[in-house]
Amino acid sequence: MKILIIGATSAIAEATARLWAEAGHQMYLIARDETRLETISSDLKIRGVCQIDSQQMDVNELSQHKLIIDKAFDALKFIDVVLIAHGTLGNQEACEQDFEVALQEFHTNAISTLSLLTHIANRMESQKQGTIAVISSVAGDRGRQSNYLYGTAKGTVSIFLQGLRQRLYKSGVHVMTVKPGFVDTPMTAAFKKGPLWAKPDVIAQCIDNGIRRKRNVIYTPWYWWIIMAVIKMIPETIMKKIVL
Amino acid sequence: MEAHGWGRYPRLEGEITYPVTSAQCVSEVMHNAGLTPQGLGRSYGDSCLGRHMLNTRYLDHYIEFDEQTGLLTCAAGVSLDDIVQTFVPKGWFLSVTPGTRFVTVGGAIASDVHGKNHHLDGSFCDHVIQMDLLLGNGEKVSLSPTLNADLFHATCGGMGLTGVILSATFRLKSIRSSDMLTTTIKAADIDALLDAFEENQDASYSVAWIDCLARDKNLGRSLLMLGEHADEGPLAVKGKRRIPVPVDMPANLLNPYTVKLFNAAYFHRIRQSRISQVASLESFFYPLDTLDNWNRLYGRKGFIQYQFVLPKSGGIIGLKKILERISQSGMGSFLAVLKVFGKGNNNMLSFPKQGYTLALDFKVEPKAFELLNGLDKLVLDEGGRLYLAKDARMGEAAFKAGYSRWSEFESVRERYHAIGAFSSEQSRRLGLR
Ligand SMILES: Cc1cc2nc3c(=O)[nH]c(=O)nc-3n(C[C@H](O)[C@H](O)[C@H](O)COP(=O)(O)OP(=O)(O)OC[C@H]3O[C@@H](n4cnc5c(N)ncnc54)[C@H](O)[C@@H]3O)c2cc1C
Ligand SMILES: NC(=O)c1ccc[n+]([C@@H]2O[C@H](COP(=O)([O-])OP(=O)(O)OC[C@H]3O[C@@H](n4cnc5c(N)ncnc54)[C@H](OP(=O)(O)O)[C@@H]3O)[C@@H](O)[C@H]2O)c1
Repeated sequence: MKILIIGATSAIAEATARLWAEAGHQMYLIARDETRLETISSDLKIRGVCQIDSQQMDVNELSQHKLIIDKAFDALKFIDVVLIAHGTLGNQEACEQDFEVALQEFHTNAISTLSLLTHIANRMESQKQGTIAVISSVAGDRGRQSNYLYGTAKGTVSIFLQGLRQRLYKSGVHVMTVKPGFVDTPMTAAFKKGPLWAKPDVIAQCIDNGIRRKRNVIYTPWYWWIIMAVIKMIPETIMKKIVL
Repeated sequence: MEAHGWGRYPRLEGEITYPVTSAQCVSEVMHNAGLTPQGLGRSYGDSCLGRHMLNTRYLDHYIEFDEQTGLLTCAAGVSLDDIVQTFVPKGWFLSVTPGTRFVTVGGAIASDVHGKNHHLDGSFCDHVIQMDLLLGNGEKVSLSPTLNADLFHATCGGMGLTGVILSATFRLKSIRSSDMLTTTIKAADIDALLDAFEENQDASYSVAWIDCLARDKNLGRSLLMLGEHADEGPLAVKGKRRIPVPVDMPANLLNPYTVKLFNAAYFHRIRQSRISQVASLESFFYPLDTLDNWNRLYGRKGFIQYQFVLPKSGGIIGLKKILERISQSGMGSFLAVLKVFGKGNNNMLSFPKQGYTLALDFKVEPKAFELLNGLDKLVLDEGGRLYLAKDARMGEAAFKAGYSRWSEFESVRERYHAIGAFSSEQSRRLGLR
C-alpha cells in the first residue's frame, strides 16, 4: 500500500503509521518539524516500511499546498490512503479575548485542512481509487462552552467531508471522517485522565479497521458514538444551562 | 498529579512532563532541580517518583538495527514489549529480559535488570555497548565500558540518579524459534531445590516458584522451571490481548487462607516429579503479563515486593533462616520467586551478586513492615542486599551496608553535575544527595 500522512508527527498519526509499517508499505510523511520527521522515518524503516520519503511543511502556508501535494503524488505515483492528522487544541479563553488567536486556531484546524483536501481530492478523483481519512473530533458534533472554537473548526471539517464523500463516491474514492473522543497524547498532556481515555494505538487500530471496512464516519473508540448520540439529543434550552 | 509505582505504594503528588524530543528533555533538566526520570513505572516502590518526573513515553523510536550483528540502537523510552513484537518475528530476542515486557530500555539500564539466564549471561547492562546520557548541566555525553567508563558503571544500575538516558545500543540474541522447550521439576524442600539448581546449571534459563507458606519438612517446596529456545518452530509473538483487572480488589481477597490454598494447588497441579513441555515465548518469560493491572489484586493500599540476594558462601543457612521467618509469619504472598545468580558485574549499584535471590510480595500493613525490618537484619548479616527496583521502604543504613560502593557512586555523580539535578523519593530516603 502507498500511504500519504499529513501531520505525521501527531501521536495518533504515528501510532497508525507503526501499525501500517509492519505490513511493509511505502510512505510519504509531511509535518512541520524536520528533526522529528527524520526520527520517525528512521524508526518506521526499522519497523518494516520499505520506502519512505518526507517533506517539511507548516499547514498554515496555504500557498505551498498545491506544490507539495503534487510532489507527494508524483513521488508515490498512485496513493491508496491519505491520512490528515494535524491539529491544535488551542486555548478557548484566549480565543474569546482575542479574535486574532481564534482566527489562527481556525486556520490551523479548518482552513488548512479544507485547502489540503481540495488539492488531494482533485488528484484522487483522477486516479479513481483510494481512501482519504481525516481526523476530525467529537468536539465538532456539538458546540460547548469549554472549547467551541476548536469544535467549530472540527465541525467545519466534518461537514466539508460529508460533501466531499458524496462528490468522490462517483469516482470510487472513499472518504472517512474519524471522530476521536479523549486520547492520551501530547495535545492533552495537561489533562487529568479517567476511564474514558484511550491510547493512540487503540485509535490507530480503529482507523485501520474503518478504512478496511470502508466506513464513512467512525467514532473512536466506538463508545463515543453513544456518548455523542446522547449529547446531541439534549435540547438547547437545557444544554445552555448545564456545564459540559 | 498523583503518581505511584507498580506496588501502588507509596503514592504522591508530583508534576509529570512528557517530552517528545531530546531538546525538550534538555529544557526540562535546565528548568527543574531534582528531576526524576521515569519509564513505564514498573519499579515497585518510589524510585520513579519525585516532585518533577520526566516520563520517556514519547522517546520511543528505533534509531538503527544491524541485521548482521543484532546490535539495536533505540531511544530510552522504547519498551521491551515493542522490541519483542518487532524483532522476534525477525529471529531476534532480548539478551536479558525481566519477568515483564512492559518496561523501557531506560528503566532496564537504570535498574540493570536480570532475567532467568543471569547465571550464564549476566544482567541487561552486560549487553549494552554504548549509551547517550543527558547530564544535569544540559550536556549530552556518550558512555561505554571504555568511554567515560566511571559514568557508564554508575549509570548502569544507577536508578536514574546520574542523568536521563536518551538512547542506548545493545545486543539482541539470535533465536531460531519463538517456542521454548521447558522442563518443570518438583522439589519437595529447599535442599532438593538448591540441588536441582546445581544439577541444571547449564540450562539456559532457570527460575523457581516457591511456596513461602509451606513449613517444617516442606520448607521451601517449589517448582523449578528450566527453559531452552527451540531450534525449530514458528517465529511469532502475540500482541496484547490482556485480561484487565479493572478495579481495586477488596484488600482481604488475598488472606493467609486463600494464598495457602492457591500455593498448594499450584504445587500439586504438577503430578510427576518432572515434566517437559513446549511453551510459547510469552508464556515462559512473561506469565504475569497476561493479567493487565494485576497489581490491583492487592487492594487500594497496595503492596510491597521484597527482593534480596544472599552471597553463595553460607547462603543456604541464611536462606533457610529467612524462609522459616516468613513461613512462621504466615504473611508471605502468592508465589515467591527464587533464582541462583551467577557472578555480579562492575556496576556500582547493580543488584545481582553470586548467590541466591528471593522475591515475594507483601500487602501493605503495619505488621508487614515489622517483619521486613527483621528480615533486613538477617539479609545484611549474611552480607546480602535488597533490590532497589523493588524497594519502597529500606532505611539509609540498610542501603549503605548492602551497597558498599555508594560513596564512589556519589563522587561520580558529583563529578558529572548530577547532585541536585537528579533525585527521587527513594534517593532521598536512602540518604543520597
Ligand atoms: C511483574 C514484574 C516483574 C518484574 N520482573 C523483574 C525481573 O525478573 N528482573 C528484574 O531485574 N526486574 C524485574 N522487575 C522490575 C523492573 O524490571 C524494573 O523495575 C525496571 O526498572 C522497570 O522499568 P520501567 O521502564 O518501568 O522504569 P520505572 O519503573 O519508571 O523507573 C525505574 C528506575 O529507572 C529510572 N529510569 C527510567 N527511565 C530512565 C531513563 N531514560 N534514564 C534514566 N533513568 C531512568 C527511574 O528513575 C527509576 O529509578 C519486574 C517488575 C514487574 C512489575
Ligand atoms: N488527543 C485528543 O484527545 C484528540 C481528540 C479528538 C481529536 N483529536 C485530533 O487528532 C489529531 C491528532 O492529534 P494528537 O492527539 O495526535 O495530538 P498531537 O500529537 O499533539 O498532534 C498534533 C499534530 O499537529 C501538528 N501541527 C499543529 N499545527 C501544525 C501546523 N501549523 N503545521 C503542521 N503541523 C501542525 C503538530 O505538529 P508539531 O509537533 O510540529 O507541533 C502535531 O504533530 C488532531 O487533529 C486532533 O485535533 C485529538
